[in-house]
Parts: sequence; C-alpha cells; structure tokens
Amino acid sequence: MLEASGLQCARQGRTLFRSLTFSVAAGERLRIAGANGSGKTSLLRILCGLLAPNEGEVRWKGAPIGTLKEEYTKEIVYLGHAPAVKDDLTPAENLEISCKLAGLTVKADAGLARLGVPADVPVRKLSQGQRRRAALARLAVSESVPLWLLDEPYAALDTQAAATVDALIAAHAARGGAVIFTTHQETGAGASRVLELHG
Amino acid sequence: MNWFWYASPQTFDPLAGRMAPWFALAAALLAAAGLYVGFFVAPTDAQQGEVYRIIFIHVPAAWLSMFIYLVMAFWAALGLAFNTRLSGMMASALAPTGALFTFIALWTGSLWGRPTWGTYWVWDARLTSELVLLFLYLGFIALQAAIDDPRRADRAGALLAIVGAVNIPIIHYSVVWWNTLHQGASVSVTRGASMQSQMLIAMLLMALGFWMYSIAVTLVRVRCIMREREA
Amino acid sequence: MVEAVLCVVRRDLLLAWRRRSDIATALLFFIIVASLFPLGIGFEPNLLRAIAPGVIWVAALLSSMLSLSRLFAADHADGTLEQMLLGASPLGVIAAAKAAAHWIVSGLPLALIAPLIALQYDLPAALTPVLALSLLLGTPVLSLIGAIGAALTLGVRGGGILLSLLVLPLYVPVLILGAGSVEMASAGMGGDGQLLLLAALLVASCAFAPWAIASALRISME
Repeated sequence: MLEASGLQCARQGRTLFRSLTFSVAAGERLRIAGANGSGKTSLLRILCGLLAPNEGEVRWKGAPIGTLKEEYTKEIVYLGHAPAVKDDLTPAENLEISCKLAGLTVKADAGLARLGVPADVPVRKLSQGQRRRAALARLAVSESVPLWLLDEPYAALDTQAAATVDALIAAHAARGGAVIFTTHQETGAGASRVLELHG
Repeated sequence: MNWFWYASPQTFDPLAGRMAPWFALAAALLAAAGLYVGFFVAPTDAQQGEVYRIIFIHVPAAWLSMFIYLVMAFWAALGLAFNTRLSGMMASALAPTGALFTFIALWTGSLWGRPTWGTYWVWDARLTSELVLLFLYLGFIALQAAIDDPRRADRAGALLAIVGAVNIPIIHYSVVWWNTLHQGASVSVTRGASMQSQMLIAMLLMALGFWMYSIAVTLVRVRCIMREREA
Repeated sequence: MVEAVLCVVRRDLLLAWRRRSDIATALLFFIIVASLFPLGIGFEPNLLRAIAPGVIWVAALLSSMLSLSRLFAADHADGTLEQMLLGASPLGVIAAAKAAAHWIVSGLPLALIAPLIALQYDLPAALTPVLALSLLLGTPVLSLIGAIGAALTLGVRGGGILLSLLVLPLYVPVLILGAGSVEMASAGMGGDGQLLLLAALLVASCAFAPWAIASALRISME
C-alpha cells in the first residue's frame, strides 16, 4: 500500500536519515524504533505528508502523496505527539469534531467507552493518561481507514489501556489495514516488522 | 541552456564571485557620470534653485526601492514554485538593499521638503507610500530574522513578499486617494512638465548606477548567506 | 466541504464561548482605546467629530489584531492544527472557516458596538450607519489578512509583536477606505464609493487569502 523510496531528512542542519527505502503492505504492523532524536517523529510526519523529505518520495498505491493530497489524507489516521484534544471541549465533542474533519461520521460514545474515557467531562479535568486515551479513542472508530500512523501510542498509558490499544492495532491488521507506529520501549504491540533508525 | 544549472548554490557561487566586481565598477562609473551631469551640467531650476538637485538621488532611490521589492517577490515566487534554494537566498539578500533605498528616498524627500514646503515631513502620497513600503521591508527582514530554520525562513519570507507585492498597488492607490481627500500638498517631488533633458539623463544615469550597485551588493551578500548556511 | 466549514466555525465559536472572557477583553480594549483619545486631546466637539472615524477605525484595527495571535497558536500547541492539515477537506477551506470564526468573535462585535462609541464622539446620527457598515465590510478583511500573518508567525520567537509589524502595513487600505467612507459621508459627498471599494477588497481577500493562509500554515507546520 505505502512505499517510501530514498527518503532523506535533515532537521536543523543535521541529517537524521538518508536513502531510507521500505514499503508497507496490507495487514502489516511496522514498528519504527530508534533512540531519542533519531528521527522517528520526522519519519512519521513525512509519511503522512506534513513534512516534505529533502530527498525521495512517498507513494500511496503507486501515486506520490504530494499529488493525492486530500485523497491520501482521507485514507490515514495520524496521531501525533500532542494528543490533539481541546481542553475546553468534552472527549465526545473532541472525537466528533476530529472525525467530522476527517470525513467520518461516527458514534463517539462507543469509541470512548472502548477506551474507558468519560464522555461528558471537559478534557481539562482529565488526567494525562485519560487525555491520551481520549485521543486514542479515535482508533476505535476508524476501522474503515486503511492506514494508521501512530506516534508513541503507548506513552502515558497504564497496562490496561495499553492492552486495549494492542487489541485495536491487532484487529486493524487482521482486517487488512496497515499500522505504522513508533515506540522507544520494547514493550507494546507485536510488530510484524521493525525498522530501526540509527541517529 | 539549462537555467536550473545555475540555481544550485554550488554552481552559482563562483559565477557570482566573478560578476560582482564588474557590476560594482559599472555602478561607480554610472553614479560618477550621473552626479557630474546632475551637479554640473543640468541647469539650475527656475523656481527651486539649487535645492532641486537632490532629486537626482531621491527619484532613482524611490524607483529602485519599488523595483527591488518586485524583484524580491519574483525570486520568492520562483522559490515557492520550484523549490530552489538559491531563490530564497536571493530574496533575503535583496531585502536590506531595498530597505536602504527606501530609507534614502524618505530621507532625501524630507531634506528636500524642508526648503521647499517649509517642513521636514509632509503627508504626500508618494512619501506615505514609501513609508509603508519601508514597513513592508522591515517586516520581511524581521520575519526572516525571527525564524531559525533557514528553509522555513525562506518560504515564510517568500509568501510574505508575494502578499506584500499584491498589496503594494492597492496600498499605493488608497494612499493617493486618501491624499486627495485631505487635500495634501499639490507640489510633487517630481514634476515631469518642467523636466529638461539633461535632468532626465542625470536621473537615468543615477538609476542605472543604483541598479548596478544593487546587483553587486546582492551578489556579495548572497555569497555570504551561502557560507553562513554551509557552516 | 460545507460540513467541514460549519464544523470548524461551530467548534471555534464553542471554544470562544467557553472562554468568553477573552472576547470581552478584546471588546473592552476597543472601548478603552477609543475613550482614551478625548482624554489625550480634549473634548472640543468639532475636533472629536472630525477624528471619530479615524480613531474608531484605528481602535478596531488594534483590537482585531490583538486576538489574532491566538487564532492558530492554541490549535498548534495541542496538535489539533495538524489534524486540520490532515483533514478530508482542502486546507484553504478550513483556513477560511477559521478566519470567519475569528471575525464573528472579534470583528462583528466591534461593528455592533461602534455606534455607541460614535455617540461618545458626537458623530451625527446620519453617519452612524455608514460607520457600522464600513466596519461590517472591513473587519472581515482584517481577519483574513491577519490570519496570513498569524499563520506565518506560528511558534516564532516574539510572535505577537512580529505579527503586528507584518500585518499593520497591509491593513492600510482598509483603514483608509473605512475611515474615508465616513469622512466622505460627513462632507456630504456620500461614502458609497468607498464602501463599494471595501466590498471589492472583501471579495478579493475572500478569494485569495484562504490560499495564502493555507500555504503559510503548511510552511509553518513543517
């Protein structure tokens, strides 16, 4: 589904990686590993099109993502470092809005219940871990989106929530979706493949 | 001929180094000729006396200040469209020279205004437009200075330059209209009617001299920027 | 696409409503700035009447600019801006919706409250509708142009002050036409021409600014 060829990325005058080539097929779970500052987040941002690589290109089903634009972003879910939830809205409002922007109509409550997040309390009053869960609830309602790009999905989660995320990722791969995620710890989902970045 | 061959800093650098002295020489010769014609050949103005001779600096500086902004926007647009690194560097290298000419135009305009209008500053349409232009240049320079990542600085500056260039005509015409609404000074710095041919020649020579100077200085500055970024 | 616009506008209005003290602050700023001028230059009625359009317009410019730095900054900090860049609708559409929400929160109230300030300045009643109309037409342009600056200065050192340096020179035509329309009307010449030009500026910036805001956001988010 996704092919990256000859990717090179330099940030602040330092080359993070060069001539990085790989592809991800349906049903794969690719873990991107590497030390802090090795470019895991930059690579994910390149893969979802937020960052342009200095060299190389990313193709989705054969077409460069730069030319696909919204055709491509409709096919992905990207959850970044920041949880992307507004403090002044409730988890339910947050989830409904982010799904509507992504072009999905969903039942927010079911997704939130799956992650065990209260639906109608302002996010401001939630703990750090609950905020992460409120953000990850997006996965529970994104079965129809083929490619998931997750930056540190396990950060700040307790074992129970981490197990839920594991199950979501495994189920997505089983139904033919692809997942690319970063973690710096060995724990976490069984990845079908690991891509190691050396700084 | 492949123009993009010169778009790479590595190939452009030696070319710029070889060309800069020639443009500097041309600038010196043209400016010397322009000043000679302006100060010794051109006749004394019947109404204003000798003081009018400041227009030989004022008017070319004002022309160049606007021209350089357009050139800057042109490089900026090229940079955004083709993603060439050199374009962004050219735009950043042009900005200080443009701001300098805008400032000279304002300064000489105000010096000319004192004996002519009896005041250093008049809200004349041209002077006001120049002032806004100076703000646009300073905004461009400040934006680029505030951004650490050179790539983002180039692209952000480029977009600002394009937005500014689109706005300049609107700003200019609104200022002209505002000026007539408030019945500003009826004397304008350049009065085409009473212009004699020697005056025009001096002004054109000076404008060409300033132009060559801008090119020389920009080439030198672009080489500095290249070295800064390589380091 | 229309759904996405409505969604963003509703979201921003909801957020503004939950932080309604911020709206009140910007409005209060407008009123205070406009009230300071008589204190600075005296209350001679003819003088006040003469400067009223200009003062009210400058105060509107400053007040609308103050809230600009918040337009994208919060969404940038919590990551929701990235989600908008990756949304299903073109970024320009989202950008236009954000600017529209900014106008509803920061421009529209100014146009509504300006007649009150006009009373303070003893502006003839016949001019008040012209003033309000000029603000109604002009403040959306301020939001649209300002959003370009806000997007460019996203996460930049000293962003707020830099933003004003970038944006205020671009506001010049709006200021001139807005204040000028009232002055023309007060001179008995009718401000229609200026109001039409303001409307033309509004149409032009609606057409071009969203594109520029979207490119600026892409540049700043890399």
